[in-house]
Amino acid sequence: MMAWLGAVLLILGLLFFLAGSLGVLRFPDVFCRLHAVTKADTLGLGFIVLGLGVLQQDWQRFLLMLLIWGLVMLSGTISCQLLGQYGREQTTDQEEPAE
Amino acid sequence: MSGDFWFDALLGVLLLVLALATILARQLAAAVMLYVVFGLMLALAWARLGAADLALAEAAIGAGLTGALLFSALARQPKSITPPVRISRMELLPALVLCIAMSAVLGWTLWQLPLQPAHSQLPAALEQLGSSGTEHLVTAVLLNFRAWDTLLELLVLLLALLGSRLVAAPEPAALQHWPLARQWSIRLLPLLVLVAFFVLWRGATAPGGAFQAGALLAAALVVLRLNGQLPALRFDMWWVRALILAGVLAFLLAGLLSVWLNWQPEQAVQWLRWPLPLAKGLILLIELCATLAIGLTLTLLVVGERKELTA
Repeated sequence: MMAWLGAVLLILGLLFFLAGSLGVLRFPDVFCRLHAVTKADTLGLGFIVLGLGVLQQDWQRFLLMLLIWGLVMLSGTISCQLLGQYGREQTTDQEEPAE
Repeated sequence: MSGDFWFDALLGVLLLVLALATILARQLAAAVMLYVVFGLMLALAWARLGAADLALAEAAIGAGLTGALLFSALARQPKSITPPVRISRMELLPALVLCIAMSAVLGWTLWQLPLQPAHSQLPAALEQLGSSGTEHLVTAVLLNFRAWDTLLELLVLLLALLGSRLVAAPEPAALQHWPLARQWSIRLLPLLVLVAFFVLWRGATAPGGAFQAGALLAAALVVLRLNGQLPALRFDMWWVRALILAGVLAFLLAGLLSVWLNWQPEQAVQWLRWPLPLAKGLILLIELCATLAIGLTLTLLVVGERKELTA
């Protein structure tokens, strides 16, 4: 039962990563791509951490992975903001969005 | 075939593809990004091989700091260099011949190496582990059995820094300072310092050590410097020079001390072999000095400058 739950959570996480990668490749501009890639970071990694936690059932490791997830989320949000800011400056500088 | 095999095979193929893509990329920025990804995948490969020390070093130095170094070098490039320069086929021919010859020699040398060395030194090293002053075999090899190699590695790093100072790099473009980035780098600083010293301390019993810890310290310093939160670091400041030389100096002094302590008349001079009661302390002292030296050297390689940056 737990193994199934873990597997479903892992697959959900992978789907988010897949969607994020597709988004980076297919979306038209910086902002849409950032939207896609940050979802993969936060939700995808979160589901994978949860799935691994369910599979391993080792609280110490689970807490460690949660901490790592938190750090990744923090740095992900901040680099997303910075990239977005840079993208906005670029587009307003040139009066036309870069392709 | 097991899942492990397919994962490793996929990783190996991915590494080859990434390496080719890095070389063949048209834009330098894309090549640098691919190189960083290549470094991360290589770290994963080392981890799969059970070489956690190498994985840590590759991720921190190979992917992280080298990536930052290449990007900061890109930022100093005049814009006109970025488009690829067309070279005629005839000009490429000597380079091609040289590359093929080099590859042939390297391949032939590799072919000569036995896959499993007949006289492995591993059992002997494991036997001596108790008298090395540390419980982690890699640290014991790096700082006791083959301390000579590590001393030379530190010298190589020093030479790299001195060599890079001879190149007249153009001034980097003015940096933008974003409040968010500055806040984040300040928040990250204690975490990075903590993790760096944890990695250093842990090197005695588990994967970790001076190079990894130094790379983490350098990462903290580089981020602070790029955000304009640190005064310019220049090689002509006395304390910068002292810290950079600290690694090699501590190593040499400890080596001389070991010669003096191990001195017995009518016996071969024992250089860089620590007497057991002092071993742990000496190794820690050398590693601490080396960490600071490596951290500062790598920082100067990435963001060192001659004049004050115009912010």
